[in-house]
Formats: sequence, C-alpha cells, structure tokens
Amino acid sequence: MKFLDEYRDADAASTLVSAILRASTRRWVLMEVCGGQTHSIVRYGLDELLGDAVELVHGPGCPVCVTPLETIDRALAIASRPDTILCTFGDMARVPGSRTDLLALRAQGADVRIVYSPLDAVAVAARHRDRRVVFFAIGFETTAPANAMAVSVAHRRGLDNFSALVSHVRVPPAIDVIVDAPDNRVQGFLGPGHVCSVLGTSEYDDLSRRHGIPIAVTGFEPIDLLSGILAAVRQLEDGRSEMENCYGRVVRNEGNASARGLVESVFDVCDRKWRGIGSIPKSGYRFKDSLREHDAEVVFDVGDIETEESTECISGQILRGLKKPGDCPAFGTRCTPSTPLGATMVSSEGACAAYHAYGRVRLGEAGNGAERGQRLPLVSLSGGGDGARERGS
Amino acid sequence: MAAPRPPGFALDCPVPASRYDRIVLGHGSGGRLSADLVRDVFLPAFANATLAALEDQATVDLAGAGRIALTTDSFVVHPIFFPGGDIGRLAVHGTVNDLAVGGARPLVLAAAFVLEEGFEVERLRRVVASMRAACDEAEVQIVTGDTKVVERGKGDSIFITTTGIGLLPAGCALSVARAAVGDAVVVSGTIGDHGLAILSVREGLSFETSLQSDCAPVTSLTQAMMRASPRIRCMRDPTRGGLASALNEIAQASRVGIELTDATIPVRAEVRGACELLGLDPMYAACEGRVVAVVPAGDAPDVVTAMKGHPLGRDAAVVGAVVSAHPGVVTVRSSVGGVRTLPMLTGEPLPRIC
Repeated sequence: MKFLDEYRDADAASTLVSAILRASTRRWVLMEVCGGQTHSIVRYGLDELLGDAVELVHGPGCPVCVTPLETIDRALAIASRPDTILCTFGDMARVPGSRTDLLALRAQGADVRIVYSPLDAVAVAARHRDRRVVFFAIGFETTAPANAMAVSVAHRRGLDNFSALVSHVRVPPAIDVIVDAPDNRVQGFLGPGHVCSVLGTSEYDDLSRRHGIPIAVTGFEPIDLLSGILAAVRQLEDGRSEMENCYGRVVRNEGNASARGLVESVFDVCDRKWRGIGSIPKSGYRFKDSLREHDAEVVFDVGDIETEESTECISGQILRGLKKPGDCPAFGTRCTPSTPLGATMVSSEGACAAYHAYGRVRLGEAGNGAERGQRLPLVSLSGGGDGARERGS
Repeated sequence: MAAPRPPGFALDCPVPASRYDRIVLGHGSGGRLSADLVRDVFLPAFANATLAALEDQATVDLAGAGRIALTTDSFVVHPIFFPGGDIGRLAVHGTVNDLAVGGARPLVLAAAFVLEEGFEVERLRRVVASMRAACDEAEVQIVTGDTKVVERGKGDSIFITTTGIGLLPAGCALSVARAAVGDAVVVSGTIGDHGLAILSVREGLSFETSLQSDCAPVTSLTQAMMRASPRIRCMRDPTRGGLASALNEIAQASRVGIELTDATIPVRAEVRGACELLGLDPMYAACEGRVVAVVPAGDAPDVVTAMKGHPLGRDAAVVGAVVSAHPGVVTVRSSVGGVRTLPMLTGEPLPRIC
C-alpha cells in the first residue's frame, strides 16, 4: 500500500537498526510520548531489535489511559439518566469505571452509542431534539480540533440539547513533569507526530531548549520510529539537544493554523488531572465561558464523584518512564485487559495492554521480565482485537 | 456454538472471571467473551462428549449406518443487503461451510425465520430468492422451516437460523485437536473481505470501496483439498473473530504453538487500507468464503496447488507452521522482524457481521 508499505520495509528497517547500533556508545533511555507509538514499537518488536543500544520507556500519550476514573464515572452517571444519549469512541466504552462500564450500562437499557467522529454525535443531537445528547470528548491536541468543530457546529445550529463531557489533555506540560522529577531517567524523547501536525513544533523547540534534552518528532510506522530513534541517539552522542522534525511528510513546523484557531475558539487552557499521574498545571482544555451551555459537567450535576484507585497498580510510574509493565506483580494475573486495575491496562494503546496483547512478558516471571528483554509468551490470554480506537496523540 | 477451549484446558494463571452479569454485544463476537459464555453457561448444561469436542459441526454416528455432520447457525447481519451478498445468501453458505470444513458433503438444510412486524414482504422475497440461488450454488436443498413474527421494535427486520446435515465420508477424522508439530498452516485466499464489506455500508461509517463480501460455499474447495491430501488435520472457516481466533482455537485444542509470517498472509489493499483508517486488525476481520487448514508439511504443496486450481482458492498460500514452543499461543512475525502474539479476540469491534 503506497505511503505505508515503504515505512514498514524490512531492508530499510535493518539499515536503520544497524545505524543506531553503530552510533550508540552506551545505553540511552528514550521515551516515546504517544500510545500509538508504544503500540507500534511493541507490535513490531522494535525495542528488541535495538538490543542494548537503546532502552525505550513508554510515555503518557494514551488519551483513554490518562482519563481520570472520576471522569469515567461521570460519563456513566450521565449515561444512566433517562432521555439521554451518550456518544463515545469505541475504546472508551470498554473502560471500567468504579463499578461498571458503558457497555454493561447499555445492556441494562442505557442509550450508549459508539461513534467514529464527534460530528456523528451532533447528527444524533439533531435527530433527537427531545433528548440530551452528550459526546465523551477525550484526547490530546490531535482530537481537540474535531471535538471543537463538533461543539462549534452544534452551537451554530442552535442544538441546545448537545453537550460534551471534556477531558482533553496537552502533551508539553506532561513532558515538563516527567523531566523535572528528581528520579527522571529519560534522556531523550520521540515527540508526538500527530499532536505536532496540529500545534506545530515550536513548543517542542522550547521544551528541548529549557530542559537541554533532544526531542525527535516522529510518526507511528517502524521506519518513522527508527528514524526518530537514530536522530535522538546521534544528538545524545554529539551532546546536542534540539527539536528535530523527523516526520516532515506530516508535520509542518508551523502546524495547522485553522485547526489551532478552532481549538482556541472553543477551549481555554486549564489545569487537568491525569489518571496515574495527578493534576498537572495548564495541561488540559476546558470550555470557554461563552460555550458553557454545551459543557456536560454544567448541564448535568455530576461534579462531585469520589473514587478509589487500586493501590497495587504502578501505572503512574510506568507513565513517567520509571517502571515497565513486567515490574508489576499483578500484570497478567489480577490485571488483564478484561479486568484492568489501572490506567495503562484500560486501553489497547496503554503500555500494559500492548505488552499483554503482544505477549511481551512471560507470566510467572513478571517482576523483572521486561528488563531481561524476554520474548514470548507461555500463556495465551485475552487482549487483541483492536476495535474502534481513536488516535489521541 | 464453536468455542476455542475444550474442557479440561487450564490456563497457567488465574484469570479473573468476566465482569459482566448481563449479555453485552461482545458475547456475540466469536472471541473470548463468546467462549466464556459457552464454557460457563452452555457446556455445563448440555454436557456430552459430542458437544464437548467444540468443532464447528457435531459428528453423529448413526449406529452402523454411517456418520453425519450436524450444525446450526443464526444470522443477524446488519444491514441485511450488503456488497457481495445478503442475509439469505449468508444463512445458506454459513451453515454449508460449517459442514464442509468438517469434511462433510452438505445434504439438506432447515431454515427458521424471525420476522419483525412491518418488514416489507418484497424484501423478504428478495432474501428468499437469494437463499434459493445460494442453495443451487451449494447443491443443497432447504427441506423444512419455520416462521415466527415479533412485534415492531422487538426484532430488526429479519433474523434467520439455518440447520444443516451433511454426509461424512468413511475414515474422515478432521479435528481441531489434531494439529501436530511441523504441520503447515494454509489459507485459501484474502482475509477480512466480508467484515470490511459490511463495515463499508454501516451507517455512520460508510466509506467508498469496491470491496465485496467473499460469501461463498466452500464445499467443492474443501473436497478438492481432501482429494489432494487425505491427511489434512483440520479445516476451519474463519468467520467471526477472523483468522486469529480460528487459529487460536486450533492451537488451544491441539496444545501446539502456531507461528505465522505476516508477509505471506493474503490481504487485499482495500481491506488493509480500511483497517488502517479504522484502527482494526485484518487478522480479526471475518471471512465467509475462506478456509484455513492445517496439513502435514509434506502435503502442503499439493494442497496449495489443488486450492489454486479452484476459483475460491486462487490466492491460497502457506502462511505459517505448527511449532512445539508456546503451546496454545499463536504468534506472527512482522515485516521488520519482530514477533508478537495474536491472542483471541476480546471486545466487540464489529457486532452483527453475520
């Protein structure tokens, strides 16, 4: 398939791997920011091809994963109301809240609809003027323009029965938190290609300068990822720390001005809680005051929901690159994609779910399996079947 | 009611029970939740050796008068007319194929219709005419049937259940439990055509494509394969849950590992493209006119040649091998050299595709 197969080419991949192995004089720790990148790395086994040259740790860029439990409980509370239709991306529907999930609620009679575009939710609102239609709007800067578009279209058409439950997050403040932590191990980043296609690369220039850390903005295919890794390794070896755009076929340095304008016309930047990490200043979007009539948190009185996360789950440390899925004693036993304990197992793009689906950690030896770079799977489990999934970052 | 896990199979780790106390759409996906339902609800209630084999069809010995294969299947596909087929054609070929992959020659079918109040008789006629044409193509007859009507809103236009009986040749012993280390895995053609053809006409998702469902009767193909190698271990038609789930069923029932090579698996460019856009994996997308078989490695060239000589097998290929490592687990080697597991389908990516 044109524009895809060439980025999965075996010869090109092997050339890049050799170049990385040649360039690297020590084991560098790189973090890929996006869940989609994590998924590709584990799916294609790229980390294993790199051996001791590079350790890849997995970042917080899976939007489903970092959506707080209380936000999911709010969605469940809204979906349980009579005369309400909750529209959501497929991935989010499976994520359990404190007591149930959206698919189980649907089985009990709630009107929960899986949509592929936020504009589909607007169409539902136009068809059902006598019911309140809520879109569960999650994601990074990548999905924010489409969600902003949905709100703006609904507003223009006077669809006062349409609202959105917003849990949007922004990447750069999370990178600040990771790098500033006293126990940080990350020496370079693979930057989020799709996020940069919207916002441009200037924020990453700034991050790279402020922290003195290389950021190679890249994509999601094996060749993109390996090119980004090579660029970051060369910078580290040369003692440079720059933003380098390795995804030029998609990312222009100035980004997409009209998409950015749309986001700025609907959302303001706000503090936002990330599941597994906690509250990060200026790391989210919320509705502008002039559009509060479309804010589901205002329309529905679901503000105060207390939740309790599993104390066993180590997803907070995984999301900051301090640990790997194999370090968790619950991995694959008490915690599986069907019965997730926390953030990194709930969505197919989470690091734990990817390791689980692709058989990366040998059960029974979980604990330090990931460090030993183990292959294969003695037990078949669940996982798999990607399903409808939004690309958040 | 095929399920992947024969009784007695035990996972090596404690897997938590399903968190659902009501039926969710995922219970009909043909993947993990479907298997759990069969294991937890149906198998204990109906316990008997024939059912416990969990093949796509039951083999029943007629006390010295030969052996028959018996199977039944319900069809709830939405929409009922789709590119390359309709619910009627699917209802005939789905059941015919479940018999054919067991090595049987399908003889007769029974058909039961659940119709919703308000369903247009003209559309019913179209479905029935399509069933007749499908029967002619598959050389079977519908010899008995039933019709029920439910109130408007209590069904969705039309649901069809077909039951089929086929004749098993003497000595035929195909079984998902017979895959052996060293065997080759062969596939008869491109995977995922049906699943993506259905998705392309779903409301809210429709996309322009020339893709057609592969819905077709595979009897003459499976017969040709069996003539090429009487030692074929087992065959499956990879419907719900796709190639990945069918091979997991074989790996688990035979307690062997299966290793696939991604680059050898035939997938149409349209299917790959649509899967990329929608975040789906073609390995889990349904086929309705394909066969996956495990054959002794030495016989694989003859079987593939025989398949290629059949109109439904032109793209046939050896796609993997049966191995002793990681029993019960299917793996696939990617184009760039990494290896990943291919677990049973979980969740509900494509409800009501058949």
